[in-house]
Amino acid sequence: RGVPGPGRTPGSLRALTPGCAAGRAGAWPPAVRIQPLRCSPPSGTPHQPPPAGPAPWDSQQIRRGSEQPHQDPQQAQDQRESAGQTRVRGQAPGQSQSPAQHLGHPRRAAQAAEQLQVPQLNLSPPVRHRGQGTHGPYQPHEPGYGLDQPEFSPYEDEIPDPKARMLAIQNAKAYLLKTSTKSGLNLYDHLARVITKILDEQPENTADIIENISKDVKWAQFRKKMDTLRDEHLILPTYEAAEKCKALFVKDSGEEEEEIVGPPPLPNVMETAFYFEQAGIGLNKDESYCIFLSLKNLVNVQPILTCRFWGKILGLEMNYIIAETQVREVEDQEGGETGHEREEIYEEGEREMDEGEEEGEEKEKRDEPPKSTYKPPPEIPREENGAGTNKYVYFVCNEPGKPWVKLPPVTPAQIVCARKIKKFFTGRLDAPVVSFPPFPGNEANYLRAQIARISAGTHVSPTGFYQFANEDEEEEEGDAYEENPDFEPPPVAEMLESLAAWAHHVKIILKQGRCVWINPQKSDENAEEEEEEEEEKDEEGEGQQEETGPPLLTLISEDAGIKSIPAWTAQASTNLIPEYCIAILQSNRWPGAYAFASGRKFDNIYFGWGHKYSPENHSPALPPPAQAEYPIGSEITETVDPTVEEEMAFKAAQEEALAGDDEEEGEEDEGDDE
Amino acid sequence: GDAEAMEALSLPRAGRRAALSASLPLLQPTTASSGSVWGCIQGVRGAYYIAEGLGPDRAAARSRLYSLNCLDWSLLTPATKEMLALAEQLQGRFQGDPSFEYDLAEVNAEASIVSPQPVMKEEARLIATIEQIDKEVGIVPRGAFVKTPLGSVHENRHFEGLSLAEAKKLSSYFHFTKPVNLKNKTLLEKADLDPSIDFLDSLEHDIPRGSWSIQLEKGGTVVVLRSLLWLGLTFYHVPMTKQFGYVYFGTGEKNLDLPFML
Repeated sequence: RGVPGPGRTPGSLRALTPGCAAGRAGAWPPAVRIQPLRCSPPSGTPHQPPPAGPAPWDSQQIRRGSEQPHQDPQQAQDQRESAGQTRVRGQAPGQSQSPAQHLGHPRRAAQAAEQLQVPQLNLSPPVRHRGQGTHGPYQPHEPGYGLDQPEFSPYEDEIPDPKARMLAIQNAKAYLLKTSTKSGLNLYDHLARVITKILDEQPENTADIIENISKDVKWAQFRKKMDTLRDEHLILPTYEAAEKCKALFVKDSGEEEEEIVGPPPLPNVMETAFYFEQAGIGLNKDESYCIFLSLKNLVNVQPILTCRFWGKILGLEMNYIIAETQVREVEDQEGGETGHEREEIYEEGEREMDEGEEEGEEKEKRDEPPKSTYKPPPEIPREENGAGTNKYVYFVCNEPGKPWVKLPPVTPAQIVCARKIKKFFTGRLDAPVVSFPPFPGNEANYLRAQIARISAGTHVSPTGFYQFANEDEEEEEGDAYEENPDFEPPPVAEMLESLAAWAHHVKIILKQGRCVWINPQKSDENAEEEEEEEEEKDEEGEGQQEETGPPLLTLISEDAGIKSIPAWTAQASTNLIPEYCIAILQSNRWPGAYAFASGRKFDNIYFGWGHKYSPENHSPALPPPAQAEYPIGSEITETVDPTVEEEMAFKAAQEEALAGDDEEEGEEDEGDDE
Repeated sequence: GDAEAMEALSLPRAGRRAALSASLPLLQPTTASSGSVWGCIQGVRGAYYIAEGLGPDRAAARSRLYSLNCLDWSLLTPATKEMLALAEQLQGRFQGDPSFEYDLAEVNAEASIVSPQPVMKEEARLIATIEQIDKEVGIVPRGAFVKTPLGSVHENRHFEGLSLAEAKKLSSYFHFTKPVNLKNKTLLEKADLDPSIDFLDSLEHDIPRGSWSIQLEKGGTVVVLRSLLWLGLTFYHVPMTKQFGYVYFGTGEKNLDLPFML
């Protein structure tokens, strides 16, 4: 190819194809006659010294870069003459490879040729005038072009004024090499690169996309400069993530094969994923496998009895992957202690308040603002670990590979509040939940509350799979269930037809926020010291009704729908192959909750944003009414202000009374005086 | 491309996917190009699978088809303004039956729109919802499409994907619909724009702020945008490649509680 890089010799200009006549930049001073390209000049003529230098440039309105944007042949001629005076014969390097400028207008060339009555004929090429008896001058496009000049043979490329030409070339090149103030590029290099790229890639319709190519080259130019920086930047985020992921796959060399008592705690996530995939739900296989591995890590680290992949909750910045586990009893005791501690703290708080009131009575002389008589409603204690809403312990992580975080147990207050608000999860467990009513906790608590609600609402199993542990026990105590060894899985068709084939196996959460109702007054009796309040509270205690809900293992056919929508939608995984299809349940109350059943295998999972479906728009709770300022009773009552007439009448009556008194006094005085 | 999308989202079940790949190419006579999956709207009793056919001029109206079983497709006529207005008033889930008729008596009583018919078919609601979703949350990365001086919009063959840094910014994504905010930009902002590429509204100024969630998944190789206004609209893009697209898997209901949830 022989195309040099951004070379600095005029020879590199040969890279410009001879075909491009237009668009060639150049400050070719018209006074310089450029030798046409030796290689295939399109006009078909071999090199000739164009008798008229300036013409082709004039016609193309070439800027000289600094001065004289437009050339007249006259001016050109003058310059040419002046330049011609300084011309020196001789060889100039590389002049023979100058690009063809002779592709200008032949007519102009001829005109210039006519005008060019150069005095220094010995220096400038001899120009034949028309009609001199020879068969010239030939136009540049004619084959005999140049042949009529005796001093020049067709094979000679020398230009008689090399120095001027060189000067012109250098001027032109200097102009091209001028660096742009904005971008630091120069046209020379840019053009060379563009042409290189074009010749390398040889795209089609080059002329149409030349601007785009130029743009791309410029873009690539900058990109290259920042190469090292950008490489480092790119490595970081994906690299770290990949590292974490890789860590999952490494097996600890120190792992011992412990004897596992009972069924293995690690669930077969891939099997479950396979079944759900039949339903069209789930994550892709890679992610499922990574979750599988991270669950294995969890099981190894924490003392876990059973473990299950609960689901994935989407968040704004990050998502949550949730595992439902039952931990060994060591953890339970700790949890129990904290629960008791909390109750003690509450009682102490009440005692402090009572003491404060006593102090207030002592300091009656001082005018202090009235103490608040507000007593917050008694806090409902949360359920013990291992029972009710806290039956399972949940671990979350943002991505497989990240460490698992244990979620705190849920309190009834949190559940009650979570029912009233609807917030997106951000993905950070310590993010505050800004809402009204104010949520007692941060995002970890909110997440735990939603998980509890979703579990209670949507965890189902085929009817008969679980049975009560003790059939003699009352329904209230029916928290314990066990697998039914005599369970005969009904055919899939039956599972789909009627929802009575499915049953909840998680206790429903009452309005109070617990699964088992508790009378909140009982816990306060110890703290009461004033009798009046006790009496009042006893009355209220009678008023509160015990809350009940559907017992465990209720059939889901009894789930209330939302307006006209049933609570559950049942579908088969495929209609085409009934032998192998599985039954799939989709919850309409909690969109994103799915359950499948196939023979003895079943599972529940959740993929969604973590919110309940409500057909009406969510309207936040209104603030409570303003607190009463004082108790309305006999001592303080509120009456309407007296009107003006009443006031006047009252005033008049008072004055009469006074006048009457004065008269009496006056009489008495008179009496005394006498 | 599509495979990546399916991986990042909830997938149609295996049977459906196979059926889709079998039946979509058959749509060519209708749509002048092989159909591509738009998404799935889940009704109570069944789901609608939506496909669309893309012509060379992306700014032209797209042809949309729906199917209940991924095999038999029916063409949807473009929605009229009335249909759009009425569909916005309807609330609640789709039923899953295209001939189901919604009773508009209640709707008309509340709103002041007088509709000529007393009922609206679910099919009409379907097409109105699809168009609404596309108009409000259908997005493309910046530079993926160019506008020719004649006004038609074409794929940009020079689009090589957003860089990783650009992919995390909301301003690199545009709504693929008639721009609304462009005219309101100051001259200073307009000076930086390239009219052939920046002819659409970007996501930066969407109201309410924060109605898009951007996440990097699969170790940072795929950027996923999820719309919070239409829960279920998921957009994916693999940075530094030409792959991008969006699908909708949801119930077809707008999330009007969004301001409370942020």
